[in-house]
Amino acid sequence: MLEIHNLNARVEGVDILRNLSLSIKPGEVHAIMGPNGAGKSTLGNVLSGRPGYEVTSGEVLFNGKNLLELEIEERAREGLFLAFQYPVEIPGVTNMEFLKASVDARRKHLGMPDLSSFDFMKLARETSKKVSLDPAFLKRGVNEGFSGGEKKRNEIMQMMLLEPSLCILDETDSGLDIDALQVVAAGVNSMRDGKRSFIVVTHYQRLLDYIVPDFVHVLAAGRIVKTGGKDLALELEAKGYAWLDDEGA
Amino acid sequence: MTDFQQQALQLASQQQDSPVWLRPLRGEGAGQWQRAGWPGRRTELWKYTPLQALQRTDFQCWGRAQPQSAGSASLLPLDAIRLVFVNGVFDAQASTAAHPQVVHFSAASEPQRALIEKHLGRIVNTERHLFASLSNAWVQDGVLLHVPRNVILDKPVYIVHVSTPDAEPVIVNQRLLVVLEENAKAELIEHFVSDAQAQNSFVNSLTEVSIGANAELQHYRINLEQEQQIHIGGVHIDLQRDARYRGFTLAEGSQLKRLDFQINHRGAGAHAALNGVYLPRNNQLVDYHTNVEHWAPHCTTSEVFRGIISDSARAVFNGRILIHPHAQKTLAELSNRNLLTSDKAEVDTKPELEIYADDVKCAHGATVSQLDETAMYYLQSRGVSKTQARTMLSFGFINELLQELPRAEVRDYLHHHLAILFGTATDLS
Repeated sequence: MLEIHNLNARVEGVDILRNLSLSIKPGEVHAIMGPNGAGKSTLGNVLSGRPGYEVTSGEVLFNGKNLLELEIEERAREGLFLAFQYPVEIPGVTNMEFLKASVDARRKHLGMPDLSSFDFMKLARETSKKVSLDPAFLKRGVNEGFSGGEKKRNEIMQMMLLEPSLCILDETDSGLDIDALQVVAAGVNSMRDGKRSFIVVTHYQRLLDYIVPDFVHVLAAGRIVKTGGKDLALELEAKGYAWLDDEGA
Repeated sequence: MTDFQQQALQLASQQQDSPVWLRPLRGEGAGQWQRAGWPGRRTELWKYTPLQALQRTDFQCWGRAQPQSAGSASLLPLDAIRLVFVNGVFDAQASTAAHPQVVHFSAASEPQRALIEKHLGRIVNTERHLFASLSNAWVQDGVLLHVPRNVILDKPVYIVHVSTPDAEPVIVNQRLLVVLEENAKAELIEHFVSDAQAQNSFVNSLTEVSIGANAELQHYRINLEQEQQIHIGGVHIDLQRDARYRGFTLAEGSQLKRLDFQINHRGAGAHAALNGVYLPRNNQLVDYHTNVEHWAPHCTTSEVFRGIISDSARAVFNGRILIHPHAQKTLAELSNRNLLTSDKAEVDTKPELEIYADDVKCAHGATVSQLDETAMYYLQSRGVSKTQARTMLSFGFINELLQELPRAEVRDYLHHHLAILFGTATDLS
């Protein structure tokens, strides 16, 4: 699914990712944890192609394709999805227009016929209910005036509509109360089908009680310093990150 | 006097069908037009808008009275009191039946004539508005919208000005006077449009509005002409005590397009809200000058203008709010945001606030920006192409103001028209 080899990336001239390697197979859920400034968000941004994130060396293969050569929108159409840590507000562009444009682009790429406006609206309304978003939100500007939780649920809704093969959740749990967290987690879990893969970037172990990972990686100073099973997250929760330095990882 | 001034005056003097009672105004206008210095680069009110396009053209006549039809221009599907003018000539066939509240000056009753004499040419300040004196010098006929005390007009008034190419370049004068008496209420849509062909007219359009105590006007002024059209227009509004004016104006660009809005808060407690959108493309120009003057206390103004300037187009926005000494407890806000979608696009924006009262709350601001990169990335990260993301964001920038329009037919018409212009036409609603 995803093969990252010795990835080095910088932002504004500062090296953030250093020789990061990671391999993800279909159906796996990988959690990435780590202290602030470790490069957790950078990884998602680099993979999605965010402007300003410069890859200096390394290779990323996504379903056998050289991901780093693709435009931002091509990566998305190929099935890569990044749920933003800070979803963007776009007043004047309605959620419905935005979602339709996205889904149209993905379907076209997959050689599927366009959904009619009627069918799409129906699908969008049904999906919004799955993440407990009032369908009235569809007529509002993209994320305009949404609360933090509503924005995150909107991200999950987009993920459901686009049916990506690799989902990267960038601190989707940050700032959520327990109810919203459960809605988000249920949405993610409903999409686990044994083929779709997930990278769950989080600061808090709490999320992993709801989205149970196959692997937990600790990212520090731009590379993965430790990998384990789901129990590693509990250990980190109990001991913090400092002991990893002592281990000389 | 420049050649153009002379030429225009000569053409004006050929128009002798004007009612006798309008002659004093004509004489006054002619005098002012003759005496006026021609605006140049050093004239503050015309600093960024050269008038060469007017001087270049050899205008032969005024809009002629020949039977014409509205041509291919598309009108709003609206149940309204509709008046259609083609190159300034009334087109009875395309218009709805005569209505007692909407009359031509030449057919005005005695009391209506008194109203015209009282207000026409008196709301506009010709010292500041050169082309108003040309309009006065010409004035022959025009439309009076008069809503008496306590009357709510049951249908909107829809006035359409269609331009179509004539054999020789023509000057067209449009004159509208709106008088709402105490507690009256009306909705007015002024729609300037042309058929698709290259135009050769200069439209000089002047609207004067008197809104009486506690009366209310909802006003739309929409300029969607072909780009060769020259248009100089003004809307001048007097608000009496507790009167309310809500306006929306939208203009596509042309080789020369200048629009002035003058709003005078004459009585306490009046409210004015004016939103505007300008969209020059190619080599077009749009110049909006707005001037809101608070003469009385407890009045409020809210003004929001947004422009998208593309290609090598240019926009000028000058928004002035002037608070006179007696206008205590004023609340006034002005915001102007501009989006440049090309390196060659240009906007000259100047919000001005002049305050001579000490207990007021005012804010103003102007920004010029390019498309939001983060929003671009967000859209692209969902598979939307760069080109489509650009058009979605540009359209979204002005769609915010369109969405607020109370009249659904106007909103839908503009939404559809602009979606085509931006290439984002969809049928999602």
